Amino acid sequence: MRELDVSKISSAVTEMMMEANYILGEDVLQALHQALEREESANGRQVLRQLLQNAELARAEQLPLCQDTGFAVVYLEIGQEVHLSGGDLNEAVQEGIRRGSAEGYLRRSIVADPLRRVNTNDNTPAVIHVTIVPGEEVKITVVPKGGGSENASAVKMLQPAAGADGVIDFVLETVCRMGSSACPPLIVGVGIGGTLEKTAALAKKALLREVGKPHPDLYYAQLEQELLQRINDLGIGPQGFGGRITALAVHIETYAAHIASLPVAVNINCHAARHLSRIL
Amino acid sequence: MKVKHLLTPLTEADILALQAGQAVLISGIIYTARDAAHQKLAELQQSGQPLPFALHGQLLYYVGPSPARPGQVIGAAGPTTSSRMDRYTPALLAQGLKGCIGKGPRTQAVKDALVRYKAVYLAAVGGAGALLSRTVRQAEVVAYPELGPEAVYRLQVENFPAVVVNDAYGQDLYEQGQKQYRRQNNKPGKDDAHVPGR
Ligand code: SF4
Repeated sequence: MRELDVSKISSAVTEMMMEANYILGEDVLQALHQALEREESANGRQVLRQLLQNAELARAEQLPLCQDTGFAVVYLEIGQEVHLSGGDLNEAVQEGIRRGSAEGYLRRSIVADPLRRVNTNDNTPAVIHVTIVPGEEVKITVVPKGGGSENASAVKMLQPAAGADGVIDFVLETVCRMGSSACPPLIVGVGIGGTLEKTAALAKKALLREVGKPHPDLYYAQLEQELLQRINDLGIGPQGFGGRITALAVHIETYAAHIASLPVAVNINCHAARHLSRIL
Repeated sequence: MKVKHLLTPLTEADILALQAGQAVLISGIIYTARDAAHQKLAELQQSGQPLPFALHGQLLYYVGPSPARPGQVIGAAGPTTSSRMDRYTPALLAQGLKGCIGKGPRTQAVKDALVRYKAVYLAAVGGAGALLSRTVRQAEVVAYPELGPEAVYRLQVENFPAVVVNDAYGQDLYEQGQKQYRRQNNKPGKDDAHVPGR
């Protein structure tokens, strides 16, 4: 049994919340560079250049990449051999977000109640997903998720007979509906299978994958390619100005399904695809 | 198309010289407002009271900046989604507002109002908040400080980059640009010929 003080989790979350907001991952940067090489539209190319400059400046000056520093989504994979001590785990994560937001000059984007809408003024609460795994490590992933692209996301319960065609249609429909407002080029996370909440969780988890890394199952890797092609053929382009690059990648995650169901979720991420992991 | 320089406040002649797709660099004063500030402005308008700043010839920027570090003018300051402001925009244009800056498409009602009142809708690059913040020379809260990032700021900008999306002639860059690059028959439900693995 390994002993781990929750204050260590707290300080890791603080640092990660800041770093994720200032530094765009190498995977996203590389995808943006490749997009610039392939984009044909002049306005589209100008957008991609601005995004690359933006990333450079944010990193150098410790400025948030985007003023929407997101809803903090925190994944904890906790080894079952770890004993967490020194306080309440949930509170430790919230404290980490609180400190990271204050010390990092991040925008306060969270209201305490969805209808009465009073700002909590410290970006808490985070959305926390905990999984217990074998081993004695704790893996923390922090995802500051932008509101504009989250609003473009959707879930639908398809009939099993709709099959892969139904999934493709729903993904394209979702990207068409709100894609221009979600700050394209997008990263599109698709969850297929499970139950209503499981498929939504899969779609979000799909956004954690290194950008452009294909699904290990060839069937789904091909479906990802097909979807990427079809999304880019929509012509939405960077920022919706028209162009070849509407999405940088499509990532699919799947789970078993009920014989009566084919749930599909599409979680849209903007090019400010912020996610950072650390192992304690 | 060559980049055009725009100096605020804007005149009707400035507006009529702009076409959808035109890249511009804006200098001068612009005002910020997002959802909560729009709601408050609408309440004032409905009860016939004066607004906290004069709209005539001005540009409204949909942004909620992140806090400035000590010594800096402003934090990251990129555009937010414009569609949430659609319901308020025509009334503001009727009072002399000459344009707004945001991201994403507008409703037909807004586009019609832009034509009627001779105004433009511009898009800045969403997610380029750090870069755009560097064009802001001065920032001062002019109304609703209690709204925090949603307060109305008066920004002095220099060469703020944007693109004309909806002009005073009814053109729409999102529609025109996307049509130009859309490949045939690629609408949902149109083509299911090549699904992999089957
Ligand atoms: S969608 Fe992403 S890039 Fe665009 S404003 Fe929101 S967080 Fe920023």
